[in-house]
Amino acid sequence: MVQFRAMRIPIETFRLPNGLFVTLSEDHTAPIVAVNLWYHVGSANEPPGRTGFAHLFEHMLFQGSADVAANEHFELVARAGGTLNGSTWLERTNYFETVPSNQLELALWLEANRMGTLLSAMTQQKLDNQRDVVMNERRWSMDNQPYGSWMEKLPALVFPPQHPFHHSLMGSMEDLAAASLDDVSQFFSTYYTPDNAVLSIAGDFEPGEARRMIERHFGGIPRGKGKPPLPDMSLPPVFGQWKREVVPDDVMLPRLFMAFRTPVFGSEEYYAASVTGAVLGLRNASRLRRRLVRERQVAADASAFTYDLAKGSDLLVIDVTGRPGIGAEQLEQEVAHEIDTVVRDGLDASEVERAVAVIQTAFVSGMQEAGDRADRLSMFATYLGRPEAINEEVDRYKAVTTERVNAFVRERLDENNRASLLYVPRENAPAELASAGAATEAE
Amino acid sequence: MTTSAEAKAARPQPGAPREYHFPRFERRKLENGLEIVVAPVTKLPLVTVAVLFDAGAVCDPAGREGTAQLVAKLMVEGTVNSDGGELTERFERLGASIDAQADWDAAAVTMTTLTEHLPEAFDLLGEVLRTPAFRAREVERLKAERLAELLQLRADPGALADELFSRFLYAPTSRYSRPDGGDEQSVDAIEREHVLTFYESRYLPGGATVIVSGDVTVDAAEQLVRKALGGWTGGAPTRVVGDDLPARRKREVHIIAKSDAPQSELRIGHVGIPRKHPDFFPVNVMNAVLGGLFNSRINLNLREVHGYTYGAFSGFSWRRQAGPFTVSTAVKSDITDAAAREVLIEIDRIRAEPITADELSLATSYLDGVFPIRFETTSAIAAALSVLVLHGLPDDYYDRYRERVRSITAEQILVAARKYLHPDELQMVVVGDPATIGEPLAKLEFGPTTLYDTQGHAIA
Repeated sequence: MVQFRAMRIPIETFRLPNGLFVTLSEDHTAPIVAVNLWYHVGSANEPPGRTGFAHLFEHMLFQGSADVAANEHFELVARAGGTLNGSTWLERTNYFETVPSNQLELALWLEANRMGTLLSAMTQQKLDNQRDVVMNERRWSMDNQPYGSWMEKLPALVFPPQHPFHHSLMGSMEDLAAASLDDVSQFFSTYYTPDNAVLSIAGDFEPGEARRMIERHFGGIPRGKGKPPLPDMSLPPVFGQWKREVVPDDVMLPRLFMAFRTPVFGSEEYYAASVTGAVLGLRNASRLRRRLVRERQVAADASAFTYDLAKGSDLLVIDVTGRPGIGAEQLEQEVAHEIDTVVRDGLDASEVERAVAVIQTAFVSGMQEAGDRADRLSMFATYLGRPEAINEEVDRYKAVTTERVNAFVRERLDENNRASLLYVPRENAPAELASAGAATEAE
Repeated sequence: MTTSAEAKAARPQPGAPREYHFPRFERRKLENGLEIVVAPVTKLPLVTVAVLFDAGAVCDPAGREGTAQLVAKLMVEGTVNSDGGELTERFERLGASIDAQADWDAAAVTMTTLTEHLPEAFDLLGEVLRTPAFRAREVERLKAERLAELLQLRADPGALADELFSRFLYAPTSRYSRPDGGDEQSVDAIEREHVLTFYESRYLPGGATVIVSGDVTVDAAEQLVRKALGGWTGGAPTRVVGDDLPARRKREVHIIAKSDAPQSELRIGHVGIPRKHPDFFPVNVMNAVLGGLFNSRINLNLREVHGYTYGAFSGFSWRRQAGPFTVSTAVKSDITDAAAREVLIEIDRIRAEPITADELSLATSYLDGVFPIRFETTSAIAAALSVLVLHGLPDDYYDRYRERVRSITAEQILVAARKYLHPDELQMVVVGDPATIGEPLAKLEFGPTTLYDTQGHAIA
């Protein structure tokens, strides 16, 4: 409890002989425990012609294993009074359960059972079913959603064609259709191994007992044979030009995603990028909300976020939706003008202080749930090899000075490091804008 | 695949559950009528404060629907002392988040802050509640933002389906038939004077409740409330009781045309029951089995058996009056009729025969077991206490919740399904491509069909 007050959580780590890295963080305030498993594989690892496979594979992990029937994973966790899910990102795939603390072993056993024995339960019929489910997920989240395509258009615009972050995480319908049981088995043997995973437990448990459970259930799973190296992912620090794509879409208002290439997650300069994002677009007093929504009244909404990529380069993205009556070109000019002003005059110390204060409260709020704590621990362990970094977060943010923020701004928000993805209501898309978009796509 | 007996035996068995109770809370009351509910929780240096007013959308004046939400949003857009920009900055320089919104039944101004800034943030909150300025510029800006939101809605099939479902479900006399934030016409009709009148008549200490959860003692919380709001005067506003009458008692299909849509957004349902209802528990467990859980009948059928959708769920919207019961899903266009048919089959089936012992124990052990996980954050605890206050539930409601869930039987669920699900009154709303879905849906013979544009105007 004392450790919590100082915003430091207790952390214990060890590694099993088969390579599984484990992070434990106790907190006995409620009888709740979170189990969180990160596999160090994501859409970046997909072979050519198999876009979307890492995510489809995530679905297959809920289709049973040697001792668990299809969908029984959901049922067992629900019956235990727990919640669960999984998610896929460019560099990792995670699986997690939060359960009453007396059900810890069930959650560990379920994760170990699928890590050890998934393939014995795979069938063509299950793959076909989940392929249909994922195709519907794509329709729902992207194809039938205003602006939904930004999730694949933005990475395609900002990463070079052969770069592992370039292609669609959700995948094309063609590639999803082509995925086979052989692919499932290849992917599983290559990436779903204990030495390519991090297991975190946060909440109400006894560490000695948890360790015995982990050894019992995960200890016998053989180490993998190693994964193919990713191609060189390093990129120049800036785009070297202002990249642009215009997307005519079935939308009512223009919306601009403007991305900047930024230093990777966990690096010293990542924190300057993250604070800059917060100054520009986190909460109501942020620069873009104040200027574009409140004062100029040209935007209906404005926000900013980072992708938190740990290899190659990260992205800082600002996301601004226009007000009715504001044209797409005007919206882009207004945003560009604000960014130009920031580059020219720098940000004020008071804006940086506000951003850091808001980030600090959000960080403490984010430590309330066992599931979120476990996920952050897995993130730091997977990307940086140091779950302890979680306890340095607040200090690292507080250490970001206005000078560092402004050095970052000058270096990274300039015209040679911008990428605009501009959505234009379809009937209003001027011909010249639309063709400019086509030219960018053909690059 | 079936699971062998040995495999089942190998499964870890749970240890003895550790005891848990909902956070202890205490009530206080100030001389001006302001109620205070405090739940001290000392895990992290964090406090959430939620101030509830009887100022929800049901209080909107006829013709000016959207007033309640507009007023709530304007509460944090400037005081007599500070304009909107300065005000948000004063909160955020403390790291505090401040937010105000109105749902159907209440308005809530909510703040979360680190404990070290609580006294300063609380004073600011007092300033916000007692001296909002409602500057004309901000009134106009927020009206324009609502109009932008409404415009966006026309292009968002899921949101459009939700909005039009309510419109087709409730009689025009019911406030529930129009969007809680108002529509173009009603928002346009709201002037600054209406905003002031609404604030002056409904944002009063009498009838309001301050909920505080987190790292603070009851006495300290009371002192903070007293300092910030003790001198505020005004009695309780009159309670507005809305009407929840259905628009029609016969099945109908309402298709909202979106040409070439790759999916159909499907809503099937009818008017449900109010939150404070003697059969809340059996209805809630019944819904969990029907469509409330991942492993519910509707989701397993539509997603896992048929692959029609990414997800399909059912739910009751809990309000003071009867909110809608809705089955909600998005399905591939060319199987819209088949998906709708499966939903209807599941609604019939849960009314036809008792659920199995396995289904019952899954739903009740889930709702019982997940209970502590629902209250991990100060804001979740404040929200749970808001439900108590809003619906006048007894103080031991959360302490008795788990035993009441566990006591529900399959027979009670059958009774609830037969009593509160009305297959003959179901309305079906589909936002989708008429060329693909029109004919197959007609073959379902569900009921008379009308085609609409995205404004909800019937197309001849």
